[in-house]
Amino acid sequence: MGKTDLVVRFAGEAGVVTSAESLAATAAQAGYHVQTYATFPSQILGGPVHTQVHISTTPTLSDGDDVDVLVAFSEDGFNNHKGDLVPEGVIIYNSGEFDPPGDSHSFGLPFDEIAKEVGNARASNMVVLGAIAPLANFPLEALKAYVTKRFTRGRPGDEQIVEANSKALDRGAEAARKSGFSLTELEPAVRPDYEQIMISGNAAIAVGAVQGGLDFYAGYPISPATTILVWMEQNLVGKDRFAYQVSSEIEAIGAIIGAGYNGRKAMTATAGPGIALMSEGLGFAWMAEIPVIVVDVQRGGPATGLPTKTEQSDLFACMYPAHGDVRMPVIAPGSVEECFYAGALAIKWAERYQGPVILMSEMQQAERSQNIPKPDLSKVIATSREVYTGDNGYQRYEADELGPMPLPGGPGAYVANASEHDGMGDSTHLPIRHIRGMERRFGKLKLLNDGPYEIENPNAAIAVMPWGGSKGTVREAYLQLRDEGVDIGWIYTMTLHPLPEAVSDEIGRKELVIVPELNYQGQWSRLLRADGFRATSITQYTGLPFKVRDLVKEIKQSIEAHKGSKVFA
Amino acid sequence: MSDRNPEYDFKWCPGCGDFGVRRALEWAMEAYSEKTEMPMSNSVIVAGIGCSGNLVHLTEGEQPFGVHGIHGRTLPVAFGVKQARPEINTIVVAGDGDFLSIGAEHIGPAAQRNVDVTCVIMDNGVYGLTKGQASPTTIFGTTTSSTPFGKLEAVMKPFEQYLAHGVSFIGSHYSSRPRDLAKLIGEAMDHKGFSIVHVQSPCTTYNDTFALLKGNKKLGIAPQVYAVPEDHDPTDKRAAEDMARAPGVPLGVIYKEERPTLEDLQEDVRKRARSRTPAEMVDTYTI
Repeated sequence: MGKTDLVVRFAGEAGVVTSAESLAATAAQAGYHVQTYATFPSQILGGPVHTQVHISTTPTLSDGDDVDVLVAFSEDGFNNHKGDLVPEGVIIYNSGEFDPPGDSHSFGLPFDEIAKEVGNARASNMVVLGAIAPLANFPLEALKAYVTKRFTRGRPGDEQIVEANSKALDRGAEAARKSGFSLTELEPAVRPDYEQIMISGNAAIAVGAVQGGLDFYAGYPISPATTILVWMEQNLVGKDRFAYQVSSEIEAIGAIIGAGYNGRKAMTATAGPGIALMSEGLGFAWMAEIPVIVVDVQRGGPATGLPTKTEQSDLFACMYPAHGDVRMPVIAPGSVEECFYAGALAIKWAERYQGPVILMSEMQQAERSQNIPKPDLSKVIATSREVYTGDNGYQRYEADELGPMPLPGGPGAYVANASEHDGMGDSTHLPIRHIRGMERRFGKLKLLNDGPYEIENPNAAIAVMPWGGSKGTVREAYLQLRDEGVDIGWIYTMTLHPLPEAVSDEIGRKELVIVPELNYQGQWSRLLRADGFRATSITQYTGLPFKVRDLVKEIKQSIEAHKGSKVFA
Repeated sequence: MSDRNPEYDFKWCPGCGDFGVRRALEWAMEAYSEKTEMPMSNSVIVAGIGCSGNLVHLTEGEQPFGVHGIHGRTLPVAFGVKQARPEINTIVVAGDGDFLSIGAEHIGPAAQRNVDVTCVIMDNGVYGLTKGQASPTTIFGTTTSSTPFGKLEAVMKPFEQYLAHGVSFIGSHYSSRPRDLAKLIGEAMDHKGFSIVHVQSPCTTYNDTFALLKGNKKLGIAPQVYAVPEDHDPTDKRAAEDMARAPGVPLGVIYKEERPTLEDLQEDVRKRARSRTPAEMVDTYTI
């Protein structure tokens, strides 16, 4: 019986991203499931970077706790990461750069020198990948096929580049075989019988939003949301499409409000600091009932915080992003695949209830590449608000419920007003108007009742309930606990507000809901407790994702703390 | 309060300059509507917060669309409105506090893009709605409720700022001649690009400058306003800069420059860029 999972980490400075992306793409093409993980310092080039590729014969849920193969491009990379190696793991280090004191796990390879010898100084990544292949019996042919595909671009010199890279793979493989190291063989891939794509979380949100009808985007660069801005500038082009880099997050929220008011499906994406700057604008969109979508790709906070690390600490800020009485609809996808559907759902909700919608993702989910089933576009139908077509004199805000929305140029001129207003949007201070306005704005939220959710093992008294990007890791821990015979339920919803009725019913039936989340205060469990539910959090605030092993242990501890006695051996 | 909104309880003080600006803007929009054969509803007024912004609730006759948003953010919203549908005549009305203090950061980007939006700025040199605090255009040394020992900041010179940012149409006027002001606003609407008509619109309660603007022979006050001389070439930036620095309030066009609008440039990009369907976008990620 071989291994079902292989985790490869690349540590150092240059080259780690390309190596990981190439290995992941190759593994996916060979029929494996993959998921990458990357962590960078906040600088343009260099600095301690590491990337990780989790290759599996079944769909991946986590980054992988432990490392089977560590590729150390630098001495720091070697020293900082060797501790994460599994006992039978192997380290391949760049002997052209450094020579560590001998140990029984590592062998050296002069990456760059070999690349030069095969005639392409840029092929050092392929030396590395070639060396990984024989260790776990990863198919070298798959790497060669990848090289051929990647470098056949219809340019003169393609052939030489393919040949040099192919030779680099052979040289790496040969060196690894000679080293005498080996890992348990990786089981052959079972190619999925459905079509797949390989995409990052941020790109999935972007494509999903466009399928949902997005036609207007304004944004300002901020890690880790910048890739959405760049994607939009490149793709949201052509007739009746608009993407623009504006001068600040304050301008971004203003611009999408103007566009949403004028009939567009308008979105921006930012991170925590941008959410803070958009606060007043979000309150305006809520008050004047303008459909807009704000994506918050979370990073470590508060303030400038940890710009390139992952965290789930903006939940309070997103649930209550503005002063005064507001509570925004919040969608928080829990996987790269869900990011696609969340992008489309956010547009649908904004159009349906005529107001702002917040979509929360996080660095770790935004940046990683993953193979996912090709989204079924026929399942995502773009919906649009109802536009007013009657006579002038229409009172847009008069109804207790939602009415059609007038558009400039058409009938029903009104004022979209951030102050409390009457039916036509003119300011008023009458108590009855404030009462009716408040009830109308909160009342509309009940229209947002179609969020996807998962409930499993409903008979268990205790359930685990992750939110957002921690879903996969928590899922892996949950499955492991169930395998061990632990009676625990599973509750998950992509829409945190409003909660699907079935989900709030299910939470209400539990003795305890355990929420693993990447923040200090245990934000989601606090919100659940505020709503009268029995909930507790497992928190982590390192800037890094959870490890499955830690979760298994801590979920057991939470159960024991709840029961007041030792339950597990 | 007007016929259409009996509940609306905001009032300008008697004699407020904003009455004249409102009348002028109504006339300018009516003329624009006639000329372009578009309904009044094709115009959107994006109003700032302050006394002046209430104009959007007080327009009479056939109604344009309106936005009355948050303090200082008229230009971002107007940008979104215009970009969403360039055929919409997009107008900003704001005061000196909203436009030149909290909202000042947005003038540069709007000017550099040359977005086709017309701004009517009602400058009364004071924060009136909050009862008389110093604004950017309050002159140095003035005692106000927030500057009890006199204003310590130099007065901002809006025209010099506008020129420095590259605003492509700069007009100047005052509220007491609404017919002439309406014509100037009309010119600004016709201008392809970012236009500002900066209007002296005195606050009769906290900063009554009517006598200074119009002059008063009995009191020996020479008028500050003067007609832009016929020989002033508004396309000459040097001449415009001289006028911006000179004392007094010119009535007319200080500066005007023809250059492509953002909308023109985008139209060109749209022709060149290939528009892909979501299905094609998904296919680029196929394994």
